[in-house]
Amino acid sequence: MLRAITNRLVILIPYLWLLFFFLLPFLIVLRIALSDLEYGAPPYTPQFSLADGWSALWEKAGQLDFENFSFLASDSLYINSYLSSLQIAFFSTIMTLIVGFPLAYGMARAPSGIRPTLLMMVILPFWTSFLIRVYAWIGILKQEGLLNQLLLWLGVIDTPLEILSTNKAVYIGIVYSYLPFMVLPIYSTLEKMDESLVEAARDLGCTRIGAFWKVTARLAVPGILAGCLLVFIPAVGEFVIPDLLGGSSTLMIGKTLWIEFFNNSDWTVASAIAIVLLIVLVVPIVWFQNAQARAAEAGR
Amino acid sequence: MPSLGSIRLSFAPWNDPAAKPYISFRNVTKRFGDFVAVDNLSLDVYEREFFSLLGPSGCGKTTLLRMLAGFEEPTEGEIFLDGQSLKGVPPHKRPVNMMFQSYALFPHMSVADNIAFGLKQDGMEKGARDERVAQMLKLVKLEEFAKRKPDQLSGGQRQRVALARAVAKRPKLLLLDEPLGALDKKLREETQFELMDLQQQLGLTFMIVTHDQEEAMTMSDRIAVMDKGIIAQTGTPAEIYEAPNSRYVADFIGSVNILEGAVVSSDDAHVTIKGGDGEIVGALRGSKAPADGKTAWFAIRPEKMQVSRSRPDNADNALEGEVWDIAYLGDMTIINVKLDSGNVVQASMINRSRLVEDPIGYEERIWLSFTADSGLVLER
Amino acid sequence: MTGRWTWFNITSVVVGFTFLYLPIVLLVIFSFNESRLVTVWAGFSTKWYGELFQNQSILDAAWVTIRVALLSASVATVLGTLAAVALVRFPRFNGRTVFTGMVYAPLVMPEVITGLSLLLLFVAINFARGFWTVTLAHITFSLCFVAVVVQSRLVSFDKSLEEAAQDLGCPPFQAFMKVTLPVIFPAVISGWMLAFTLSLDDLVIASFTSGPGATTLPMKIYSQVRLGVTPEINAVCTILIAIVTTGVLIATILNKRRAMQHKHS
Repeated sequence: MLRAITNRLVILIPYLWLLFFFLLPFLIVLRIALSDLEYGAPPYTPQFSLADGWSALWEKAGQLDFENFSFLASDSLYINSYLSSLQIAFFSTIMTLIVGFPLAYGMARAPSGIRPTLLMMVILPFWTSFLIRVYAWIGILKQEGLLNQLLLWLGVIDTPLEILSTNKAVYIGIVYSYLPFMVLPIYSTLEKMDESLVEAARDLGCTRIGAFWKVTARLAVPGILAGCLLVFIPAVGEFVIPDLLGGSSTLMIGKTLWIEFFNNSDWTVASAIAIVLLIVLVVPIVWFQNAQARAAEAGR
Repeated sequence: MPSLGSIRLSFAPWNDPAAKPYISFRNVTKRFGDFVAVDNLSLDVYEREFFSLLGPSGCGKTTLLRMLAGFEEPTEGEIFLDGQSLKGVPPHKRPVNMMFQSYALFPHMSVADNIAFGLKQDGMEKGARDERVAQMLKLVKLEEFAKRKPDQLSGGQRQRVALARAVAKRPKLLLLDEPLGALDKKLREETQFELMDLQQQLGLTFMIVTHDQEEAMTMSDRIAVMDKGIIAQTGTPAEIYEAPNSRYVADFIGSVNILEGAVVSSDDAHVTIKGGDGEIVGALRGSKAPADGKTAWFAIRPEKMQVSRSRPDNADNALEGEVWDIAYLGDMTIINVKLDSGNVVQASMINRSRLVEDPIGYEERIWLSFTADSGLVLER
Repeated sequence: MTGRWTWFNITSVVVGFTFLYLPIVLLVIFSFNESRLVTVWAGFSTKWYGELFQNQSILDAAWVTIRVALLSASVATVLGTLAAVALVRFPRFNGRTVFTGMVYAPLVMPEVITGLSLLLLFVAINFARGFWTVTLAHITFSLCFVAVVVQSRLVSFDKSLEEAAQDLGCPPFQAFMKVTLPVIFPAVISGWMLAFTLSLDDLVIASFTSGPGATTLPMKIYSQVRLGVTPEINAVCTILIAIVTTGVLIATILNKRRAMQHKHS
C-alpha cells in the first residue's frame, strides 16, 4: 500500500509542478493574447477569477477576440521578424554545424587519455556566464575593437570593418554561444561509434572519404539532429545576442517581443507574439522530444 | 536389475512417495504481452537437492527463477515454498536468496559491507553480524579482502563475494543464475566442485539456471531440460543422458546419432525398427511399445559403438560404412562414418593405449556394432 | 573510436578551442586595464577590482543571484531526480506522453516565451514579484535539465543491483535509497551543478519574473552594458570565471585523487 502511494508521489510531484508552472502559464498567455489592451497595471482586462464561476468564464470567453493576432498579421514588422528569425537561426545552425562537427570529430578521435580533458574544456565556457561571453564579443567586433585593430595592423584592410550592430555579428554570436550544444551531442554519438565499421567499409572497397560519408556521417546523424535542434529552436527566439550584437535593423522575434513587453507595455501583443512563435516552433519541438524519447529508449 | 549410468545414488527423495516437495510449481504460466515465456509448467523440487534448469536462451528458465525469487509474478498458476503459497509475496519478504549472473555487488560498499547487507536488513546486531561475515569470508577464502571494493577484485573473487553474500543469511533455498558463466574454464571446473561441497556442508537447497550442459551434469542431483517455456524432461543426469524422452533432449545433451525408421516389431524390453540401414534393435523406453508401422527414431551415443574392421559375430546390431572424418582429441578419437545408406554416424573411441597397432585411416571400410540395449527407440 | 589523430583533427580541435576561449581570455586581460577603455591597452591596474567592491548595487545583485542559484538548484535537483525516476522506472502511466513532453520542451524553449508565460502566471495569481518568483521560475526550467542528466545515468544503471538489495531483504523504496541513489549520485551532483550554472547565468527569465529588490547579477550587468562598457564589468566577469574555474579544478583534482587512492589500496 505504502509502496503504491510512494510510486504515485514520485510521478505526481514533478508532474503537478510542471503542469502548474509550465503548461498552465501557456494557457494564460493564450488568454492574454486574446484580451484587450488597457492602461494600468496589469495592462490588460482583468483575469477571470475562480470565484466568478463557470458562467462568468463562458461570458468572458465571448469577449475574447483575435484583434491582437490580426494586428500581428497586418504589420509587416512582425512578419519580417518571424521570417528573419527563422532565417538567422537556420543559417546560424548550419554554420555552427560546420564549425562544431570537425571539433567534435577531432575530439572523438583523440587519444583516450586526453578526451576527458577536452570534454571539460568544451563544457567550461558553458559554465561561465552566457551574458559575459556575448559581451566579450562587443569588445572584439566593434569599430575600435580588437578584430579591426588586428586586421588594420596586419594591413589586410584599410578601413575598419563594420561588424558590430549588423546581422553578421549576430551570426558570430550565435555560433559562439551555442557551439557546446552542437559539439556535445555529436561528440557523444561519435565516441560510441565502433571504428571497425569504417575499417570494414574500406576493406570492402570504399575510399577514405567514401567510408566517412557512408558510415561515419550516417551513424552520427542522431547526434547531428539533436545538436541542430538544440541550436535552432532556442536561436529562433534568442534575445540577448541580437540585442547586444545586432543593430536596429536586426529583426529577431525575441527582441521584438521584449520591446513590446518592456518598452511599449503591450502585454497583449507580446503574448500574441509568444503564441505565434510557439506555433511556429511546435513542429521542431515535437521532433526534438521524439528524438530524445527514442534515444532514451535505445539506451535502455 | 541394472541401473542407468555408472554411479550408485544414495540421495533420491523424488523416488520416495512419502517425501513432500520443498518447491512446487503448479500449472505456472507467464506471459509478457503476447509472448508466452513459461507455459503451464509444473515441477517439484525436494529439500537439499542441487537442481538445475537447463536449456537454450529464451527457453524460460531465467523467468522461472525470477518468479521463484519474486521479481516476476506468474500470470496463471501458483508457486509453493515449503507448503506456503508465494502469491503476492514481494522479494524482500521471501526466505529465498539469489546469486545474480552479473553478481550485482554494490560498488559503493566494501566486500564486508556487501556480505553484511542482508544481515543488517534483518536487524542483526553488530557483534553477531561481524561474526557471521567473518565466517562467510572464511568459507569462500577471501579473509584478507574484507575491506576492498568490488572493482578491486578479479572476476573469480567477485563471484565468491556474491556467493558469500547470498549465503550469509542461511536461506533454505539459494537461486543461482548462470553462476559460472563469466569464469574461465579452469576456474569454472574448480568452482563447480566448490559449489557442490558448499551445498552439502550447509545443507541448503540449490536451484541453478544454466545453458551449459557440462555444468548441469557435473553438479546436479536432478536436471530439468527446458524448451520454449515447457519442461521437456526432468531426471537425474544419468536418466537424461541414457534415457532421454525425445530427440530434443537426446540432442541437447552430449552428442547423439539419430536414425529414422518404421517400427517392425517389439517386445517387453526392445523395439526393432527398419530404416535406410536395415533393421536395428534398440531398448524400449517406458512400458508401452509403439505400434508396428509407426515412425520412430533410434538414438545411440557415439561411445556405445564398437569399431572393427570385420563384421563381428553375435552382434545384436552392425552397420557398415566408410570412414569420412577423423578427429583426434588426445583422450579420445571421434570418427564420422558414412553408411551405405548415406547417413553419417559418429563413433568415439577412448584411446586406452599410447601405442596402437594398425590404426584406422581415412576411407577405410569399417563396421560399427552395438548391443540391443546400447541405443534407445524414441517416439518423438 | 580509436585514438588516432590526423593533422586535420588536431587543427580543428585547436581552432575550435581558440575560438571558444579567445573572448574569455581577452575579457580577463582587459579587466586589468589601466584606462576606461576595453579595447586599448593602457597598462596594468587592479583599480577596477577595488571599484567593484565599493559598488554596493553590484554586490547586492551578486548576493541575490547566489541565493537564488543555491536554492533553485537544490529544489530543481530533487524534482528533476523524481522526474527522471518517473520516466525510467514507470514505462506506462496515465498522461505519460504529456509528462514526457513537459520535461523535454523547456530544454529548447526560447527563454522569452518561458519568461513571459511565468510572469503572466504570477500576475494572474497575484503573487508579488521578487526573490521567490525568480526562484520558482528557475526551478521550473532547471529541473528539466537535471531530469535529462539523471535519466541518462539511470537508464544505464544495472537494475540487478536494486533487485539484489530487495532479494536480501530491502523493501523497494529503501533499496533505491541505499543502493541506486548512492551509485548514481555523481550524475545527481552534475545535475545540481548544471542547475546552479543555469540559474547563475540567466538573464531573460529573471528579467521577466523578478521584482524590486531582487535584481540579479546578470540583470545588473546587462543594464550596465546597455549604458556603456566599463572594465568594472570585466572585473566582475573575471571573478565569476575564476570562481567557476577554481571550482571545476578542485572537483577534478579531488576526483583524480580518489581514483588514485582506489588504485593503490
